Amino acid sequence: MYLTAEEENVLDGEQGETLRKAMEILVALGDIYGADGLIPVKSAQIAGVSYKTMGDAGLEWISDLEGTVKVPSILNPAGMDMVRWKEMGIEPEFAEKQLEIIAAYEKLGISSKCTCTPYYLEGFSATCGDHLAWSESSAVSYANSVIGARTNREGGPSALSAALVGKTANYGYHLDENRVPTVSVVVDHELSGSDYGALGYIAGKEIGNRVPMFHLASTPTSDELKGLGAAMAASGAVALYHVEGVTPEAKQVNFDKPDETITIQRSQLDEVYETIIGNEDDLECDIVAVGCPHCSPEELNRIADLLEGKKIEKELWVCTSREVAQRYPDVVKRIEESGSKVLCDTCMVVSPATEGHNCMMVNSGKALAYVPGMCKVPAKIGSLETCIKRAGGDN
Amino acid sequence: MTIKIECRTIARGVAEGEVLLSEDALSFLGNVDPKTGVVVDPGHAIYGECIKDRILVFPHGKGSTVGSYVIYQLKKNNVSPAAMINIDSEPIVAVGAIISDIPLVDRLDKDPFTIFKNGDRVKVDSTGGFVELIDS
Repeated sequence: MYLTAEEENVLDGEQGETLRKAMEILVALGDIYGADGLIPVKSAQIAGVSYKTMGDAGLEWISDLEGTVKVPSILNPAGMDMVRWKEMGIEPEFAEKQLEIIAAYEKLGISSKCTCTPYYLEGFSATCGDHLAWSESSAVSYANSVIGARTNREGGPSALSAALVGKTANYGYHLDENRVPTVSVVVDHELSGSDYGALGYIAGKEIGNRVPMFHLASTPTSDELKGLGAAMAASGAVALYHVEGVTPEAKQVNFDKPDETITIQRSQLDEVYETIIGNEDDLECDIVAVGCPHCSPEELNRIADLLEGKKIEKELWVCTSREVAQRYPDVVKRIEESGSKVLCDTCMVVSPATEGHNCMMVNSGKALAYVPGMCKVPAKIGSLETCIKRAGGDN
Repeated sequence: MTIKIECRTIARGVAEGEVLLSEDALSFLGNVDPKTGVVVDPGHAIYGECIKDRILVFPHGKGSTVGSYVIYQLKKNNVSPAAMINIDSEPIVAVGAIISDIPLVDRLDKDPFTIFKNGDRVKVDSTGGFVELIDS
């Protein structure tokens, strides 16, 4: 891999140990994947935030680093709401470690906002063709597919390295040749809302890590695309997809038709809706969680409308980023008047607070894929309307 | 007799130790106990072996990216390998080795599984880009 004289100096440790290691990580990955050099990135989003997944070793590593990031950098969701963790039932020992992790990142100049939807936040917008170093799989999918920006799925340490150096190795989805669709997915029936999550849940398993081109009968909104991509990144390893006539690159580039076509039937989606993942018994869902990925302002509005004048009976979590919640205090108030909680900085997947529940109802294909394994709680998917009804909001 | 073998540098550093060969790929998360450095997966080729201070030779890493932090934990607990040699390195082990200051090389000029046997004394100089068989 080619390095400029300045990059060589960093690698030789002339700008300190932290930058030397960061550069060594970028160079090692570049060599492994055959990159020709480093390219500047516009922003970084860093995974490895929840104490649940990082543990003490991760905390120790971050605490040992010195310096300041060179590009706007932000964190993945953490294990708890930084303000309302007690209400979530988080143990004080966990909270203390979680706050230490956030403080260690803040010391490096990284925004302590924790979200999987950085693209809704001030300073983290991206446009078609921008190079990024993002980590969280749904954010990567959204950036690549819906925005048309370019990022690999960075690991925590490599995204942090890119943030500190301001560059990443030029390989994978940064290059045109790796953005070409290699499989077609055809859906002949109309879809809406959580159908896209269910579709992604099925499609991801068949697509694996390939790049699909979707041919859909209906035109998805950006929120629906968010749900589709998040689910495919969880049940498979899809980091980039195209939708004919909808996503930016599908409109700009005249791609060849892939050799293989997968057709997904309505009956396959119905089957996903009918199954409780992680348990055979017909369990009563005792918690309902929406906002995976974190809710957009439009989604918060829709939830507030559905909850208008209702009182819920079960635990209902609405997950979003703190910045979006703070931008719309009236909407948050309308949601919480029903008895549900608008939780920020975290989600049902990465927080330990959901463990011990019987069964969780979600409207997200991604949560459906992760909650049974990561939280040891069986999960069931339903539309947003069904979720609200299940929480007891139909009285 | 000393044999010098050229290789590719992944994580810089110099270290010496006794070779431990693993024909199987290794997932640091799950396969290795971070407190003791012992391989705890009964299905693994080097089940029961301790990787502490060894020159650990394995084809490549696999499994969860949290494996990088497990390598760091091994280092902090003083039970990490002295150095690692891969056939072809992948990001989990590469990142883990770099953050933990454990020399890591791959793509040796000669097949490490034919050149080395368990217990051989080997020096890995990844800063210089070579591996040396000191005593077999």
